[in-house]
Amino acid sequence: MKPLLLGLCLACAASAGFAQQTLVVGSKRFTESYILGEIAAQTVRATGTNAEHRQGLGNTGIVFAALKSGSIDLYPDYTGTVARELLKSEASDLESLNRGLGPMGLGVAVPFGFDDTYALAMREDEAQRLGVQTITELAAQPQLRFGLSHEFLNRNDGWPGLARTYALPQAPRGLDHGLAYEALAGGQIDVMDIYSTDAKIAKYKLRVLRDDRHFFPDYGAVLVYRLDVPQRFPRAWAALQRLQGRINADAMVAMNAQAELGGQGFADVAAGFLARSDAASATGRGGFWSLMLGRDFWRLTGQQLLLVFASLAAAIAAGIPLGVWAARSRAAAQPILSGVGLIQTVPSLALLAFLIPLLGTIGTWPALVALFLYSLLPIVRNTHSGLTGIAPELRDSARALGLPAPARLRLIELPLAARSILAGIKTSAVINVGTATIAAFIGAGGYGERIATGLALNDNAMLLAGAVPAALMALLVHALFELLDRRLIPAGLRQASG
Amino acid sequence: MIALENVSKAFAAKAVLAPTSLAPSQGRTTVLLGPSGCGKSTLLRLMVGLIAPDSGRALFDGTEISPANVDTVRHRIGYVIQEGGLFPHLDGIGNVTLLAGYLGRDQGWIEGRVSALCALVRIPRELLQRYPHELSGGERQRVALMRALMLEPEVLLMDEPLAALDAITRRELQGELKELFAALAKTVVLVTHDLHEAAWFGDEIVLMRAGRIVQRGSLEDLLQRPAEPFVTQFVRAQRADPRLVAK
Repeated sequence: MKPLLLGLCLACAASAGFAQQTLVVGSKRFTESYILGEIAAQTVRATGTNAEHRQGLGNTGIVFAALKSGSIDLYPDYTGTVARELLKSEASDLESLNRGLGPMGLGVAVPFGFDDTYALAMREDEAQRLGVQTITELAAQPQLRFGLSHEFLNRNDGWPGLARTYALPQAPRGLDHGLAYEALAGGQIDVMDIYSTDAKIAKYKLRVLRDDRHFFPDYGAVLVYRLDVPQRFPRAWAALQRLQGRINADAMVAMNAQAELGGQGFADVAAGFLARSDAASATGRGGFWSLMLGRDFWRLTGQQLLLVFASLAAAIAAGIPLGVWAARSRAAAQPILSGVGLIQTVPSLALLAFLIPLLGTIGTWPALVALFLYSLLPIVRNTHSGLTGIAPELRDSARALGLPAPARLRLIELPLAARSILAGIKTSAVINVGTATIAAFIGAGGYGERIATGLALNDNAMLLAGAVPAALMALLVHALFELLDRRLIPAGLRQASG
Repeated sequence: MIALENVSKAFAAKAVLAPTSLAPSQGRTTVLLGPSGCGKSTLLRLMVGLIAPDSGRALFDGTEISPANVDTVRHRIGYVIQEGGLFPHLDGIGNVTLLAGYLGRDQGWIEGRVSALCALVRIPRELLQRYPHELSGGERQRVALMRALMLEPEVLLMDEPLAALDAITRRELQGELKELFAALAKTVVLVTHDLHEAAWFGDEIVLMRAGRIVQRGSLEDLLQRPAEPFVTQFVRAQRADPRLVAK
């Protein structure tokens, strides 16, 4: 027993000594690599191990050289890249890769759970005009101008191999990847290389061309590491291994979008992800409430409130006049009421998917537009029924007084319909709170972010940490409108009806 | 002041008013009498431009009522309906002063007018702070009358103003209204289905049936010189009413 204890103490002392060392994480120079590097570095730090993130070291060659020389200890890469670029081989399964890397003192591990394969993309309208759907069909369009990232141009698994496989006649030019989108949108180039987890595919209305000859291999995201890392940083390594399978393609697209379109810092994006997945795995320990009121709670609440009330305000501004118009004109009533009713029948995800290309962006705007459209029906319908439900003798009394139509509407009809209109607004607001959670699927944030994460990770606690505050918010909104009803509705109407 | 010339009206292809002419005497009370559905309310609504005639003309002060002048005409007409037609979202004072306020009348003038009308319809000023549902039926009709008289109209149109009241309140208001009509000396047109009420108010009674005027004249004329058997029939049916016997 004693030798065992002594050994344990020595082991602790030893690991404490090693913990003074710093684990250096590298990353390549594009958003996804930054984010994955940051996730790795923060995961390491969370174990009490020092970690440094050398961001955006350069292309694969530079980062790989840094790894071999020991300047960095690990970096995120993709199985296909490692196979073709580093090992000059076609086999990209983890076992083959580790066989190839082993002699260099390196290895791959921790498949994150998503593929980021290369692809070629064109503007949707251009592709449609030319009828191009596959890379094979590009060969018949020699006039197309290719703008490819420098790395893609020179990689074995990039342009040279691709041009050979598909016999592409075009002469591509090298272009910074970040600038290529604008160049494509502006019509200066026709074809660019992209990643399948690219946040900008929707924003720039791109058509991803099918790799019909399966040239691009699997590009599973993994960590490439020095084989001594597990011994030098055992706790950190154990924590890193827990990242395996934790990031699916949707989560990665969402994080890319947060960084590239939402303007969040890489460290924040990574921290947000870790907070969610930490919280997700920590529910047993920290309890549900601490998960629910976690540090992103107020940010999500703010986003949720913005989504609900900004769209509601717009729906009030448009819905009440529409309702008045429908009540005034029998000819307009049917088209207006069935129109807003029809919108309601479109499933929310379908509507969001439809709005993204229409607005050319993901995130808050399409979410606001969708919520606005959904909010219309209750407000328009209740305005219409509130106005048409006014007793004929009151309508006559107002006319017989000699008040012109606009004054009747303002002084008499709208106040008489106020209760019905407010009830419609309340319905819209409460429904909005629920529908707004779906907006997280297109990166608009809010409590839905947790629900989306919970669904992606099959984590019920995380799902509830989003669903419960949303339900509570719906109740609060309901209560708020009860209060407003008491404040806004003229005493004569309230007491008269009970 | 008010004249209907050969006006007719049909709703949903069903004639409710055959071509009819009527010019209520100025400064006197004309009562439109008849069973329900006889077209008496339709005549009243034509006078205030709530409906337009299918044929013929509705005139006010010698000018045909048209969409262009109807609101101005209505400012010169007071209109009271069965339950008063008070707006439930406004308190008494809000109902009474709504139009004057909208037309931008001087606040002092409005105040003076409200005080005068309170005295005229015998209602305490404080009662006007109440909402319609907080008033009794009789009080509601008094407030409705104030609203109708606010702009000092030349004509007062009343559509079954007392029909919804209990017998005692109704009796009381009948007395007061008659005094008030006499004091104001306005042109009044009152619609009722009640022979007794018609006799009580009417300087002239216009008896109607099925969209046309059967007979015009005093109660005496209806009783003694019925224009057709329906007149006697109608009178007999209501004679059973003890109030008429009492008169």
